Amino acid sequence: MKNPYLPLPMRLVKNFIETEDNLIHTFTLEFLREEDEKSFQYLPGQFAEVSVFGTGEAPFGIASSPTEPGHLKFSVAKVGVVTTTLHQLPEGTILGVRGPLGNNYPLEEFKGKNLVVIGGGFAFTTLRSLITYILHPEHRGDYGDLTVIYGARNPGLLLYKEELAEWEKRSDINLVCTIDRPVEGWNGRVGFVPAVTKEVAPSANNAYAVICGPPVMIKFTMPVLEELGFPPERIIMSLENRMKCGIGMCGRCNVGNKYVCKDGPVFTRAQLNQLPNEY
Amino acid sequence: MLILNQDQLANWLNQLIDTYKVFAPVKDGDHYTFKEISSGNQVTLNYTNTKVPPKEVLFPRSEKLFCYRHENEGIQLEEKIDESKKVIFGLRPCDAKGFLLLDNVFNNDKYQDPYYLNRRKNTVLVGLGCNQPATTCFCTSLGGGPFASEGLDILLVDIGNRYVVEVVTEKGQELLSGLNLPAAEPEAQEAARRVKEGAALSTCINLDGLKAKLDVIFYDPIWDLIHEKCLGCAACTYSCPTCHCFDIVDEAEGKEGCRIRNWDACMFPLFTLHGSGHNPRPTGKERFRQRVMHKFKYFVDNFNAVACVGCGRCIINCPVNLDIREVLAEIQGLEVRSDKQ
Repeated sequence: MKNPYLPLPMRLVKNFIETEDNLIHTFTLEFLREEDEKSFQYLPGQFAEVSVFGTGEAPFGIASSPTEPGHLKFSVAKVGVVTTTLHQLPEGTILGVRGPLGNNYPLEEFKGKNLVVIGGGFAFTTLRSLITYILHPEHRGDYGDLTVIYGARNPGLLLYKEELAEWEKRSDINLVCTIDRPVEGWNGRVGFVPAVTKEVAPSANNAYAVICGPPVMIKFTMPVLEELGFPPERIIMSLENRMKCGIGMCGRCNVGNKYVCKDGPVFTRAQLNQLPNEY
Repeated sequence: MLILNQDQLANWLNQLIDTYKVFAPVKDGDHYTFKEISSGNQVTLNYTNTKVPPKEVLFPRSEKLFCYRHENEGIQLEEKIDESKKVIFGLRPCDAKGFLLLDNVFNNDKYQDPYYLNRRKNTVLVGLGCNQPATTCFCTSLGGGPFASEGLDILLVDIGNRYVVEVVTEKGQELLSGLNLPAAEPEAQEAARRVKEGAALSTCINLDGLKAKLDVIFYDPIWDLIHEKCLGCAACTYSCPTCHCFDIVDEAEGKEGCRIRNWDACMFPLFTLHGSGHNPRPTGKERFRQRVMHKFKYFVDNFNAVACVGCGRCIINCPVNLDIREVLAEIQGLEVRSDKQ
């Protein structure tokens, strides 16, 4: 019997300060054993439990894409005991990873469709995974137009700035970054994500929307997507709830009869409409 | 059906102790508890029910999942799987049913929990029928009964100075090998039948239509009132044979440490608290609703079974006399309207 509680040993190879407020770090981890790397088959949207041995473990969406072999990436906000310890760890530290856990974005359903990816703040992690996956030369042809709307309070709080700059230059992705208030030197849009989504007005025709962000952003973007004609079945969301086991047993992440860890974290809006609002 | 004299019981247990870790009801102050015994004489079988169920034999309230040690450039992990052979002796049929329900959780559609499942595989359940159910028992409302053998390997029926032994499974058969018990003669069988008939339950719950009601009352104002008495102490969850929530923590010293899981409870506010400070179940109302919904709706949705065996422990142990039978009756009395947030 495979023991789903045993973490795979990994080495922290990079502890990178992602945002100017120093509250988000991106961690790059490498597998210690080749066989673990082979067995860790994941897709964008999935998460993993990261162990800081002696402190505990916590769940994070996987920010890297399976098209980037050899390592995993997690962008982590400093909020609790595990994440605070993680932020202070020197490169070279041995960590543990359990996973991949949960379901993934419905990549098969997305095939042949246009995609509108909407993200806010530091919830951009698994969206980065998704975008990187789709932009890979082996996959790009499987999907239609790719529109990305990404908002943060100010430019310094955007994640993955170098990659955003790269994507900006490409013709096969329409990237729209926005910040809340004007800042000197910022040439992009200014305004909240819901308003910018309305301005950009991506067509709902043959399209899916994937949306990840703070609850308030989701709340006000939903009516915009509805107006644009996205039916609930084609709005994809990712939930976060407190988790421990990650495998549907410890009992705390359920929303109605669904466990976010095992049955999610990816749900369509139509599915969430059937569930109570306990998230 | 076989027959076992009461004076053979201690010998049989002593034989079992040679091969198995035997857990049996033992008097513990003013109540009874399942404990590992070292001699057949320690067992008390004239108990109504134990304070807490024998759930913890298979799912301990605290257990090590693995230990680790940092070495040179890597880390060594040592799994802590318990492979020992066990017997739970003298448990009530309701508690055996509790294990059948827990099996759904620890062996779900995607994952297996090796800690629980290994213990489960290596444990034989010897049940003892209930000649005198308590006034808080309602197992018959949940498909069980004072002499239900479902989930047991052997069922003992106390007919005075002897036990009628019903062998339910091969595992049970094996446990009796070498004992050469005689078949129960017609008088003994008749005595067992009379004992079973005499074990009447005085209370029940009504499950008819309950699930359909729970399906549409998540936002009903009933939850604002029904939880008010609840202190959130979680005595109900800790004494429940089907509650399975747990926490996972690390304990470490220097280069080594262990990952440990401990029972946890949906009645505690920290249980669902996010790192951001947001809490999806912030007050007693949401937590009490979760407990009722989980047992009588979500579990039914997921596993087609109610996560309650009718043992009545949550009623007995509640410090404010919150009674699940009354809660369900109140819900049953609701007029169902459409559920709107």
